Order: sequence, then structure tokens, then C-alpha cells
Amino acid sequence: MKFVDEFRDGQLAQAIAAHIAREARPERRYRLMEFCGGHTHAISRYGLADLLPTNVRMIHGPGCPVCVLPIGRIDQAIHLAREQGVILCTYGDAMRIPASGGASLLRARTQGANVRMVYSIEDALKIARDHPQQEVVFLAIGFETTTPPTAAAILQAAAEGLDNFSILCNHVLTPAAMHAILAAEGGVSLDGFVGPAHVSTVIGSQPYEVFAKDYRKPVVIAGFEPLDVMQAILMLIRQVNEGRAAVENEFTRAVTKVGNPKAQALVDAVFEPRDVFEWRGLGILPRSALKLRTQYAAFDAELKFGVGYQAVPDHKGCECAAILRGEKHPQDCKIFGTACTPDTPVGACMVSSEGACAAHYSYGRFRTSRGGEAA
Amino acid sequence: MKPGYGRPLDIRHGRIDMSHGGGGRAMAQLIEQLFMAELDNPYLAQGSDGALLPEVAGRLVVATDSHVVSPLFFPGGDIGCLAVHGTLNDVAMMGARPLYLTAAFILEEGFPLSDLQRIVSSMARASRETGVPVVAGDTKVVERGKGDGVFISTTGVGVVAEGVTLSGHTARPGDKILLSGTIGDHGMAILSQREGLSFDAPIVSDTAALHELVATMLGTGAQIRVLRDPTRGGLATALNEIASQSGVGMLLEEAAIPVSAAVSAACEFLGLDPLYVANEGKLIAICAAGHADRLLDAMRAHPLGQAAAIIGEVVEDDHAFVQMKTRLGGYRMVDWLAGEQLPRIC
Ligand code: SF4
Repeated sequence: MKFVDEFRDGQLAQAIAAHIAREARPERRYRLMEFCGGHTHAISRYGLADLLPTNVRMIHGPGCPVCVLPIGRIDQAIHLAREQGVILCTYGDAMRIPASGGASLLRARTQGANVRMVYSIEDALKIARDHPQQEVVFLAIGFETTTPPTAAAILQAAAEGLDNFSILCNHVLTPAAMHAILAAEGGVSLDGFVGPAHVSTVIGSQPYEVFAKDYRKPVVIAGFEPLDVMQAILMLIRQVNEGRAAVENEFTRAVTKVGNPKAQALVDAVFEPRDVFEWRGLGILPRSALKLRTQYAAFDAELKFGVGYQAVPDHKGCECAAILRGEKHPQDCKIFGTACTPDTPVGACMVSSEGACAAHYSYGRFRTSRGGEAA
Repeated sequence: MKPGYGRPLDIRHGRIDMSHGGGGRAMAQLIEQLFMAELDNPYLAQGSDGALLPEVAGRLVVATDSHVVSPLFFPGGDIGCLAVHGTLNDVAMMGARPLYLTAAFILEEGFPLSDLQRIVSSMARASRETGVPVVAGDTKVVERGKGDGVFISTTGVGVVAEGVTLSGHTARPGDKILLSGTIGDHGMAILSQREGLSFDAPIVSDTAALHELVATMLGTGAQIRVLRDPTRGGLATALNEIASQSGVGMLLEEAAIPVSAAVSAACEFLGLDPLYVANEGKLIAICAAGHADRLLDAMRAHPLGQAAAIIGEVVEDDHAFVQMKTRLGGYRMVDWLAGEQLPRIC
């Protein structure tokens, strides 16, 4: 395994920061959205906002899988664990997402439901093999990066005839969310996107061309290391200054135009787009998420257990929706840091370390609690 | 007179059964042939319900700690030596010289006696090396499925020299924050074992008794205000505790905090922050700024403090925020740990 500090060299960061400061024109503002929660986390964890001039602002995007899951989806999972007696497997973060009536998967577990935290879908398959008499459901969430492993697991389960295994499929699609943000009437005004790294290794840079062409927004795909993000910001500022809108790739280490055709074929064999899917914050978007193809319907927990989707409005005070659209900051929420903290999350954005509220709470709130400029 | 046990304990093939906790002959045999044989000392040999100890001059410190680590054996140690070090360190962080330990074992039915002997023998070795005897003990057995092999609770007693007053409430703005070595080694040793991760150089737990390092530090005469061992929750949690107890803020320098390359890589891989990962052989010292260099030199001269560093300073802050200048030159908070704690690490 390689030591990662080479990417985090402080002097290099200062050098890029100096370029940014020189090239950002003082008379204008640069409003850049980092799409991914991974970038949000890197920006907060390394204090990158401190290295940017005040007229270069980073706006958090919706690329946090836990954050965009609406309450109704967690309700489905809790229902399966509580009422249908399945072993519900999920990632740690998803266990704490607040659902209807103050419930969460974590709370359901303390009340006796069989909810297990896993690190990968492989673990869930293993649990299904070890408990042939019990139904095992994996709460599958995530953008294009996590979809191929889920597809592989479904093929594996089919090959093994593991008929006590199924998934609650909540895989969502990045370009659909970017569309939604740009197309929203009166939505956030943006000068460009820092595009996702890992997602793009799968889907390639091609799917972003439309944002550059039709919406005239520069997109720079960037890795999750802090220097990657700094470099991407510099590249975006240059495009803006030159009046260009193109898809550029800072993350040349791994991203190509076409992505990973093998992974795409795997996903395509197992999944197809849903007609519509409700996102937290972005609303109901057409063809923005995936479901299992008919031939794998036996592994679709929604069909297997007949759990329909019921939309549920967010908690009254919660501003997650506007934050996910980039229209508000965490500190704009009245209950930020009081009723809502990482220990007692009210909204999903306070749950994952990639969520805008959690990142601001854990890494940046010393700025705003002094009345200073927000990160 | 010794009771007749018939056959000696079959440590090689035997397993714990309910009778080993039943108070009868089987239990007496287990205690005599396994525990006493390993941990032997005159206080334990009294064989009474409690140990009668000699008079002690000075203020006493008592600390107690339970150990539930999984796996029981990990690179660099096992639950036996961990149970000695963990409690001794709690005593030592009060500025005390540890004198005695007690140990209570909760054993699960079916647990192999050979593993138990390995654990008790490791405990005995740690006790000998540190010069602190285990003077009283207890064993209980729970049914299969009700425990996880073995849980060990230890209690330590120590005595504080006159003039030494350490407390988490006394950090003052301007003080320096010292750390005795690399962070995250214990937690990542356990976790990489659990996750089956392998590295070029395996990550080894730092489990160690710190009381001699503490004695050396106190011997410098430097004005030390706080000592704390950053165990569960790691460096970040320990510093937040001190900051809020003392009503001060802290400003750390990320580049000054020692982390080994392997721990750093493993943390990256598992998405963890080494600041929150457990240590079992490290300490934080907060000391008056003018004495920090002297204290640092003394720490570095000790085998358990070779990589010691000054990692930041105490600042005025009503919010008691711990902040850090990152390697990249920006600032962030180092907050309390939130959410799922890594379970069963110590
Ligand atoms: S602070 Fe909590 S309630 Fe407010 S927007 Fe963020 S997650 Fe929602």
C-alpha cells in the first residue's frame, strides 16, 4: 500500500493557492459547486477554504449517497427489519439516517430488529449463506461507483441460487442530479463544477459534455486528495476567465472519456433505469436511479416483500433540501448545532461525514460560531 | 492441606466448563494450577477473600478498567498484557506510582484452557516487567454464547508523591501540548487484523506501561499540568476532554503529529482518521510553555518516548474548540467523535 502524503504536500498547496489568488479576478465572484461528498469532506478536513480568496466560493453539491435518500426509503428498510423479520444489512452511516417518527435503523436495532452493519455487499452475501433459513436484505445505496459491486453480487447470488438474499435498490445517477440542479427555476447560480472522481472512473467524462455544451458550465473532474481539489479549482477559474466551458480532467490518473466499459456492461446486464425516483432535496427526477431488470426481480426486495414507496416530507425545521440544491448553507438552518448535531441528527446531511452539515459541524463551525465568514 | 484433584488440569486440550465457575473443586483446581501458577506472589498466596496489604504513605489513586478486545490475540500483544497496561496507565496518568493490581475474569464456557493460559501468562509477564503484582482476583463462567471467550476487568492502586497534582482541569492558555509518540497503532493493529489487511510492515499494537516514562517526566521538575493516555477515541477525544474540562481551546499543528506510514495508509484505506484511533502506550502531556523543551528532551531520552513531539498549544477559547492547522495550511476543527465508535478495540 502506498503512503498518501505525497498528495498532500503543503508547499504544493500553497503554490496552487498563490496561482488561484493571482488569477481570480477581484471584480468578479466564482461560485463553484463540488458535486461529491468526498470533495466536501476533503475541503472541510483540510481547511481548503482558508487557501482561497474570498471571492472564490465553494458550494456543496448533492453527491452524498446517504444525504439524498429520502425518508420514505429508510422507512422501507425499517419496515422490512421490523415487520418482516429480515436481517437488514447496511453501511454504518445509513443506520443513523433519521426516518419517520424519530425512527432510524439503529434505533430499530436497539428495539430488537435484526439490523447488521456491513462494510460491503460481500459481507451481506456471506450472512445470507450463513443463515439459509432467514431472509437477508441489503440496503444498496450509492452513485455509479457502488453499482458495479452490487451488480456483481446479484450475479453471484443468482449463480449460487441464494434465494434468501435480496436488495433494496437505491442506486442513483450523477448526471441526473447535475441536470436537476442546473435546470431548477430560480436555483443556485453556478460558474462551474468540480466533477466526481470515482464515479467518473466508471462512467467516463463523456456524460458531462452536455453540461458544458448546453448549460455552458465548465466541469473539471478531480480526485479526492486535497491537492486534486485545489488544482481543479484553479482549472475552473481559468476556464471562467477565458470564457470557456469544457469538460476537463484533473484526475488523469484514472479517468478516461469512456470510463470503464466492463463495469458499465455489468451494470447494464443487471439494472435498468427506474421511470422516476424521489431524491431528498431534488424531488422526483425521471430516469435518475436504477432498479433490477425483470430477470433478476427475485432479488428485488421491493417486489419480494411488496413494500411500496411512500413519500414522506422532511422534518419541518430541516433545510437539507435547500442545502442539497446548493441554495443554502448549513449554518442557515435554525437548528444546526443545537437540536441537530452529529450525535442527534435531525436531517440526513448531518449523518455522513460527507454531508454538508456534518462536515461543517465537525470541521468548520469554529468559523461561523465566531460570526466569521462561512466556509 | 491440598485437595485431591485426581488428574492435573489438562491445559493442552481442556476447555472451560460451567464447573470452573461453580465454586467447587474444579474451580479451585483452575485457580491453583493456572492462575496461581502464573501470577504467583505472596499476596495472592494468602488465599483469602481479599489481600491484606502493607501500610502506604501518601495519597492513593485507584483506577479500574474492563477489557473486551476482539481478537484476543493481536500483533504486539493480547488481552492479558493489555489488561495490565491499560489500568496501570490510568493510575500513572494521575502522576501515581502503581503498586498493586486486581483482576476479574469472565470466561465463556468452551474457551480453550490453552488460550487462557497464554493470556494469564502474558498478564503475569506484564506484571513482572512492570513490578506491579496482581494481588487479588476472581473468575466467573458464563454459558456458551453469553460471552466472547474472555473479558478481563482490572483495578489498580497507586500512590502519588507529594507536590504532584495533575488534573484535566488545569490547562492554561499558552501551555504546550506534547505527545509521546505515533498515534493510531493499537487501533489499526486490531482493525487490520480483523479486516485481514496486510502491509509491508505489519502494524503492531503499542500496548505498554507508561508509569516509568511518567516518573522520568515528573523527575524533570517541569511544570506538568495534565497527563492523559489517549485510548478509545484517540488523540482527538482526549484533547477535547481536556479542553472542555479546562475551559480552553487548543491549536494543533497537523504536520507535527507523528503517524507511522503504515497506520496512515491503513487509515486511508478504511476511511478512518488516525486522530480518533485508539492508542495503548502513548500519553499526552500539557505543560507550561517555558518547560516544554526540557520535558520533550526527557521524553525522547526514554524508550517509550523516542518519537515524542510538541504538537500544539493551549489557547483561549470560550467554545473549548480544538482546532488544527492542516498540512495544507488551512484550518479545521478536531471535534469530538460522533456516531459509530469502532467497537471492541480494548
Ligand atoms: S442542520 Fe440538521 S436539520 Fe438543519 S439542514 Fe442540516 S441536517 Fe437538516
